[in-house]
Amino acid sequence: MSVTERPAPPSGAPSDGDASGRGAAFSSPVGGEQLQVVEPLLFASSRTGRRDVRFPSLSEAARKAAESQPEVPKHARRTATARLPEVSELDLLRHFNRLSHLNHAIDLGFYPLGSCTMKYNPKVNEWAARLPGLSESHPLDPAELSQGSLELQWLLAELLREISGMAAVSLQPAAGAQGELSGLLMTRAYHRSRGEGEQRTKVLVPDSSHGTNAATASMVGYQTVTIRSNERGGIDLGALREALGPDTAALMITNPSTLGIFEDQIDQVVAAVHQVGAIAYMDGANLNAILGRFRAGDAGFDVMHFNLHKTFSTPHGGGGPGAGPVGVGERLAPFLPEPLPILVEGTDDEVRRNAWAGRNTPGARFALEEEGTRPQSIGKVRAFTGNFGMHLRAYTYIRSNGDAGLREVSDDAVLAANYLRVRLTDAYDLPYDRICKHEVVFSGRRQKRQHGVTTLDIAKAILDYRIHPPTIYFPLIVEEALMIEPTETESLETLDRFVDVMHEIADRAATDPSALKAAPTTTPVGRLDEAAAARRPDLRHDFGAAPAGSSARQEAGA
Amino acid sequence: MTYPNDLRYSKDHEWVRAEGSTATIGITSFAADELGDIVFVELPEVGAALKQFAAFGVVESVKAVSDLFSPVSGTVSEVNGRLQSEPELLNSDPFGDGWIARVETTDGDELKDLLDADGYAKLTS
Repeated sequence: MSVTERPAPPSGAPSDGDASGRGAAFSSPVGGEQLQVVEPLLFASSRTGRRDVRFPSLSEAARKAAESQPEVPKHARRTATARLPEVSELDLLRHFNRLSHLNHAIDLGFYPLGSCTMKYNPKVNEWAARLPGLSESHPLDPAELSQGSLELQWLLAELLREISGMAAVSLQPAAGAQGELSGLLMTRAYHRSRGEGEQRTKVLVPDSSHGTNAATASMVGYQTVTIRSNERGGIDLGALREALGPDTAALMITNPSTLGIFEDQIDQVVAAVHQVGAIAYMDGANLNAILGRFRAGDAGFDVMHFNLHKTFSTPHGGGGPGAGPVGVGERLAPFLPEPLPILVEGTDDEVRRNAWAGRNTPGARFALEEEGTRPQSIGKVRAFTGNFGMHLRAYTYIRSNGDAGLREVSDDAVLAANYLRVRLTDAYDLPYDRICKHEVVFSGRRQKRQHGVTTLDIAKAILDYRIHPPTIYFPLIVEEALMIEPTETESLETLDRFVDVMHEIADRAATDPSALKAAPTTTPVGRLDEAAAARRPDLRHDFGAAPAGSSARQEAGA
Repeated sequence: MTYPNDLRYSKDHEWVRAEGSTATIGITSFAADELGDIVFVELPEVGAALKQFAAFGVVESVKAVSDLFSPVSGTVSEVNGRLQSEPELLNSDPFGDGWIARVETTDGDELKDLLDADGYAKLTS
């Protein structure tokens, strides 16, 4: 077994990269296939009896207290010890640090992953989230000990209400998709409350919307009907009107759309939906484009969700935790998830005014709604009041930017996307050639037709420049789509470098397409077999076999 | 690109081979190329009633998930079970071993609503 030879990096790649061996890939035959191992599993360094933490023995008082607790029922007890890796704290730390070094992150480089709003997450958010009074609070603390946490959640809901123009907001949903689900559950409850639950079976979804929209509709038991886009990238009003009827439960529209295009007939869209008694849902995933410029509530939308981890700079984490608060208009307010944080003593105006001025309001008291306060509520969608740590960070972000700052966030995000749109149109096809919002969707069809270089090849080549590739092959209505969202937090120099990289890749596609097919060559692992990974995933650790990579590691290290 | 002359094609990129009242259906090489490596196929049940141009299954590739639209109406008499474990057949042999289902058709006239090989080649050029 030998260390895999990696080809040399492209000329334009930075030489300070990490082809230093940190990512030396080696192959290990597992399950008959060649599995590349860049960092062995923790099990490989596990040694019986080795410990990260040694617990002190129980005090007499604690033992007595434990004895008085009911025993775990026999059927629920383990019969064999769990086979967990046994490692020292140092080994553990190194393992996860090495893994983190294999990854690209917004804190390491540019990350223009369309639709995901990979903006910089200011560190002041982390400071706020670590304040002991907040980080050490517990959702089961009584209300009199949780006034600060309750007030903060109440204020965040107020801020989101103001930003969106919606009548009321619940912070509970744990992610955008759960916000959508909550929105459609409220939609269903609303139609049922009017005796139209059986009649309204369809949810209309434009073909430029997020894939989650159709999935959400199916989860709630609705049939989805796709509405095509017109040649300008907006919703086709004729097709929409044709599809709307007494069986329509809702329209779910992403605005701006996944083409990065603002729906400029939005007033007509909402009016048409309301005319047939249906609910107008706005997917707020692309809110980063329109802060301070457009409010869903003003346009008449009945419900929308917010992705705090996109627009409001809470971490995307390793897929979570997210936060997807949901806002509603008056019609759906009775159906919001419960419990909401509420102000029980004091006046809304006074508390808000004081809070924005950085003052407490003497005598103000907050609580959580009691169960059953709103009998039409769809109930809880998440334990307690949602991912509080994310609420804290979003609140910090909104307050540190302020009204003018948030408007500037969107203005700069839109400016950055349009800058890239204009500067890259010579090298890549632009299917919808008009001013965009926060993201721009190019097509790699020219490169594919003329040189056989696909958008996947282009994306892989971008990795060699220490830039995360844009979203590819989405939205589906654009052939060979390259969906670029720079966000507002990148400097002009970073955008210019990206432009240079994209031009260089376009040139290389014409002059040396085979090199792009081999990319990436400087990353810890090269081109992975995505198809084999999906067709024959190998997700189980075989304790019987030699630990994957353990022998190879010695060889590689020799 | 040229396509087999003995097949008829839908604008949704499915093909049909009619032999009497039995029709074999699948996706075209163009569709397979556009989708990229196919990793999963959701086949219809034997006995399921298909309607022309309506969704009857799902195909998932590394790029996207797409509905399969039946080029003909009828009842499913057989499905290609090999695709469950070897979805790659849709990429390697879309007009042969990658067939998806056999259908007892209910309306032979429906073939008129489909394209011939030349028409389909024009559509995809």
